[in-house]
Amino acid sequence: MSDLTRLTVGEAKKGLDKKAFSAEELTRAYLKKMEENRRLNAFVEEVPEKALAQARAADEKYARGEAGALEGIPLGIKDLFCTKGIKTTACSHILDGFVPPYESTVTEKLLEAGAVFLGKLNMDEFAMGGSNETSYYGPAINPWKAQGSNADLVPGGSSGGSAAAVAAEMCAAATGTDTGGSIRQPAAFCGVTGLKPTYGRCSRYGIVAFASSLDQAGPIAKDVSDCALLLNAMAGYDPKDSTSSKRAVPDFTAVLEQSVKGLKIGVPAEYRPEGLNPEAVSCWDKGIEMLRASGAEIVPISLPHTKYALAVYYIIAPAEASSNLARYDGIRYGLRVPGNSLDELYINTRTEGFGPEVRRRIMIGTYVLSAGYYDAYYLKAQKVRRLIRNDFIEAFKKCDVILTPTAPTDAFPLGDKSMSENPINMWLNDVFTVSVNLAGLPALSLPAGLSSRGLPLGLQLIGRAFDEETVLKTAYALEKEINFERK
Amino acid sequence: MAIDTETVRKIAFLSRLRIENSKIEETEKEFNHILDWIEQLNDVDTDNVEPLESVNDEALSLREDVVCEGNQRDEVLQNAPDAAYGYFVVPKVVE
Repeated sequence: MSDLTRLTVGEAKKGLDKKAFSAEELTRAYLKKMEENRRLNAFVEEVPEKALAQARAADEKYARGEAGALEGIPLGIKDLFCTKGIKTTACSHILDGFVPPYESTVTEKLLEAGAVFLGKLNMDEFAMGGSNETSYYGPAINPWKAQGSNADLVPGGSSGGSAAAVAAEMCAAATGTDTGGSIRQPAAFCGVTGLKPTYGRCSRYGIVAFASSLDQAGPIAKDVSDCALLLNAMAGYDPKDSTSSKRAVPDFTAVLEQSVKGLKIGVPAEYRPEGLNPEAVSCWDKGIEMLRASGAEIVPISLPHTKYALAVYYIIAPAEASSNLARYDGIRYGLRVPGNSLDELYINTRTEGFGPEVRRRIMIGTYVLSAGYYDAYYLKAQKVRRLIRNDFIEAFKKCDVILTPTAPTDAFPLGDKSMSENPINMWLNDVFTVSVNLAGLPALSLPAGLSSRGLPLGLQLIGRAFDEETVLKTAYALEKEINFERK
Repeated sequence: MAIDTETVRKIAFLSRLRIENSKIEETEKEFNHILDWIEQLNDVDTDNVEPLESVNDEALSLREDVVCEGNQRDEVLQNAPDAAYGYFVVPKVVE
């Protein structure tokens, strides 16, 4: 069967259950795709032997009737997740050769559900970036190309390898992480579906920390239903992460078929600034009309502090990062560049080990936390963060779920000058996604159509805290209407 | 709040990062460009607003103070660039 990699996770699971094909056949099909598409640089570490051993073990489980919810499903894992015995570097030079002696909770749960790991996926260094270009291993490449052009495009970031690999069918689904849009923006750029769960829904244990009050793990998959299936396995309280929630985890697939009739869809005025790309606007308007036609009620809402979200984010995220990344000292793991004193060893190691964007953010973070500036920057940002969160609390008194574009543009070319010369231009990619992280809410991006250049555009659905179910069922209804043709 | 060369050097040291002399000016300019952009937050009235430290409304849980996964010295040291006698090795810090 040559088209096994075309199947969604849900379809593949049904095929495995019926023994239409084996887990080993499925894994081999994906390994072949992984090899054929190496040009995309989506995987930074391939573990075919381990994957085949896991697949054979899965086949034995099927034979014994003991198959788990994701038994034999081949996944790609973002290189930010610690995987026991498999090199994990967060795509940074400073973690050269690091092989974790332990497993992150999310990947542990996926393994318990029977998933097969094909390897580790490319990403921006320490998840800092919106194009995958800050990776020490070079950028992953978007499988999509603009019409009439052969230029390589970015897959988005930071989970660029995850989105590219799912779009190119190099894995059935992937894990990602999202601190300011890092699941949703690459999903939008690559025409796949990505879900950032509520802060606290998934354990952060064993995920290389970037900004601890914002980071959250989630799935990137071929469709909405697969995101629900994956989240079922990934979510849940973990004593090893004190910020993970003790709330019960529902079966996220159970609500997908529910009608959206009578559901109130919030449309925020502030997400339609003057000068917004008309293609993003028209894609958004089509989504609004589809939901209205399905019986949902469209409610205009206001999120007045939206325009401050990026500035708040670029204080809080670097502040937390500067603290989290203090651990990379050349002593305990990864790269060591010798020096004559301890300080010199630290400085040599960190200067060589971190890339320019990471160094920039560590310095910004150090500055805004330093004596004399803490109140003016960090405390101020935390206060505005509360106002941003309050905006959502107010909005959700009037609506059940919010619909917006995921990103202001479609995928841009590698090495785009306007982005590389001014970091703020790159950061603007996150303009529609960062508020969600600051407020800790769940949000999903699904492919909604093609731009005039023939590239995917995404729509974002934002839900109340711990209401992934409404997000998923609305996305599922939209997905049926949009009928997007995957790459 | 523009920052000067001296501050850039100080922040670099606090970050344990080296900036080559030839790059100091460029870094200073970039820093000020970013800080100028961040200044927009001064337009927001935050009087009587409590800073938001965590979006998690659940109380942090306490646990028994017991060793749960102990005796892993070798695993802890296995990734060290330099280790000896069951310890991490660092340059001499005491004269």
